[in-house]
Amino acid sequence: MTDPSMPSPGGASSFWKGLRAFLPLVPGVMPFGMVAGIAAVQAGFTPLQSMAFSLIGYAGSAQLVASQMFGQTPVLLIVLATLIVNLRFAMYSASMLPLFDGVPLARRWLLAYGLTDQSYAVTMGRPTAEPDPVAYYTGATALMWLTWQVGTSVGALLGAKIPASWPLEFAVPLSFIALLIPVLRSRPQVLAAGISAVVAVAAHSLPFRLNLILGAVCGIAAGLLAQRWMGRQR
Amino acid sequence: MNTWLLILGVGVGSVMLRASFLVLLRDRKLPESLTLSLGLVPAAVLAALIAPELLYARGTGVFDPFSPRLAAGLLAAAVAWKTRNLLLTLIVGLGLLVVMG
Repeated sequence: MTDPSMPSPGGASSFWKGLRAFLPLVPGVMPFGMVAGIAAVQAGFTPLQSMAFSLIGYAGSAQLVASQMFGQTPVLLIVLATLIVNLRFAMYSASMLPLFDGVPLARRWLLAYGLTDQSYAVTMGRPTAEPDPVAYYTGATALMWLTWQVGTSVGALLGAKIPASWPLEFAVPLSFIALLIPVLRSRPQVLAAGISAVVAVAAHSLPFRLNLILGAVCGIAAGLLAQRWMGRQR
Repeated sequence: MNTWLLILGVGVGSVMLRASFLVLLRDRKLPESLTLSLGLVPAAVLAALIAPELLYARGTGVFDPFSPRLAAGLLAAAVAWKTRNLLLTLIVGLGLLVVMG
């Protein structure tokens, strides 16, 4: 089961550690995937297209946004909207770069394809002593990918047979809360989170979930200022 | 036809953004302000993903500072802080939301 081409010693056990660290997120991701599968079918995708969307697009928020807009908006505009929703992946990509030293190109592409909010956050919250973060990330990513594909397939095939009264989609923000707490290690990080939350709420009426990007950018800027100020204090 | 175009467009766009730094710009020296800000990205993005979900009603999109979601989210945050246990966080948060209706 383990990848024999894993370069470093301890890579296999790091893979399993990452996979195990992801395990508690499965109950949150599965219903999110089902919701995305259902939304695409309701927007007019065939179940096959809905599954292909998960396989090729592989981006939960973007899939939901695209399903909401499908049929009323030109395809090019929908793609642009999903690009904006997915801008955070570029931030994650930059943030993970230092870990990926020495990883060969083909594997970089594959692991980049698998980058998600959840696998990123799990990797960033890894134990500080973790010897092989890339293998750890690979394990988390593999389980995330599998869970997402199964979830959206079930949603696409079941259609809207799940009672709307079940608040299962709330599992998504809850899992983000559980991921946020461990990354709040310094005061600038807490400040970045606070400012980002306030701005994202205040700018909620912006289209294309731009409030998310605006909030994150303002939060990061505030955190940077705080870092600089704290550096001067020392 | 349009559907497949959409799927392909979203797919190419997503993978390019994900590969941006990990693959395409991997050998570039990143500016210092960028590397300094990287440690802040997870906290900022996760907070922006969470906060609107707690304060705006699902579906109607109406601002609601007294929503049961906010109470459930705050309790879940306390559980996550105390236990660092994701599954427990989910159970407590969903449980409170169900109880509060």
